[in-house]
Amino acid sequence: MRYIIVLCLLVFVSCKNEQKTSEDLNQIADVETISVEDIKLEIYDFNGLEKFLNQNDEKVHVVNFWATWCAPCVKELPHFEALQENYKSKGVEVLLVSLDFPNQYEKKLKPFIVKYNLKSRILVLDDVDMNTWIPKINKDWDGAIPVTIIYNKDKRQFYNQTFTYNELEKELKQFLN
Amino acid sequence: MKIFKILTVLAVVIVASAFTSSVVDKGYKIGDIATDFKLENIDGNMVSMADYNEAKGFIVIFTCNTCPYAVLYEDRIVALDEKYASKGYPVIAIMPNDTDIMPGDSMEAMKSRATTKGFSFPYLMDKGQKIYPQYGATKTPHVYVLQKTKKGNEVKYIGAIDDNYKDPALVNTKYVENAVDALLDGKEINETKTRAIGCSIKVKK
Repeated sequence: MRYIIVLCLLVFVSCKNEQKTSEDLNQIADVETISVEDIKLEIYDFNGLEKFLNQNDEKVHVVNFWATWCAPCVKELPHFEALQENYKSKGVEVLLVSLDFPNQYEKKLKPFIVKYNLKSRILVLDDVDMNTWIPKINKDWDGAIPVTIIYNKDKRQFYNQTFTYNELEKELKQFLN
Repeated sequence: MKIFKILTVLAVVIVASAFTSSVVDKGYKIGDIATDFKLENIDGNMVSMADYNEAKGFIVIFTCNTCPYAVLYEDRIVALDEKYASKGYPVIAIMPNDTDIMPGDSMEAMKSRATTKGFSFPYLMDKGQKIYPQYGATKTPHVYVLQKTKKGNEVKYIGAIDDNYKDPALVNTKYVENAVDALLDGKEINETKTRAIGCSIKVKK
């Protein structure tokens, strides 16, 4: 039980801060897996989410919109996880924005995060007024997911497609100097 | 040899650009004439828009069994047909997914779902997936309101059913109802295009 509490703290710290703890976490997580009770979801409406789509810092941000019910999203998720793992030391930050329904947070989303041991930061977007916020993300997006945004402070690209790891890495490299 | 190389590059460029442009502007815009279809219904009969002599238009909805958004809208789709079929705008539902990828959208599953939910309208299978790309549907549910004109069935509205997928009681704007009401009253449609999150239509790669 104590172990779980420590783990829970580590998860919290690793989300907020730096890589060292998350590497420690990796080692621990291999032994002891995180449980559903340890997960605290970060839930936002679009106004709350917007700042994560416009961070003016030195990092490259890879933002993927997905949901557990979206099969092609789930299929490409490991590529985003791998990208996060391989490029975090190069100032890349992967953000997974879940569009799961609120009544599925406990039943599906949290168990999914545990089952696949997701390491990237996960935000949850809960905002029904889609016709307002979808065009703010991209004017050509009609709402089918998955979609991905890669941006840094100089440029931004919107991808209405699914990715293989190689495709994703190739796009990312255009943002790395 | 060099020529061969150039030709190969050229072919790649052509294929790539064809792919890109088809992604960007595929499908109907408001004012286009929508193609009719002849698709199998859950009762085994073939259904076309041309079969509806009395109709003034159609509410064509690309939907399926397996998408949670589509499921949340099932009762509202039934309600749309109840309200508007008698006024000349019946619902026609079309299931666009590849059923090898989504076995939960098979004809058997469609029949069973339609029975459970009391579908009063045709629920057609886009067998061979020839129709939805012409419309430009990308997800479920995806609505096209059509008006019968001398030129054919003209696209008048494309998009979502309303602005609250979660709770019908909290809907502020009923996009499809507003569009059909406007057509019935001979008025301009306020919002002809809306967007919503949905499940991408499943195609074999």
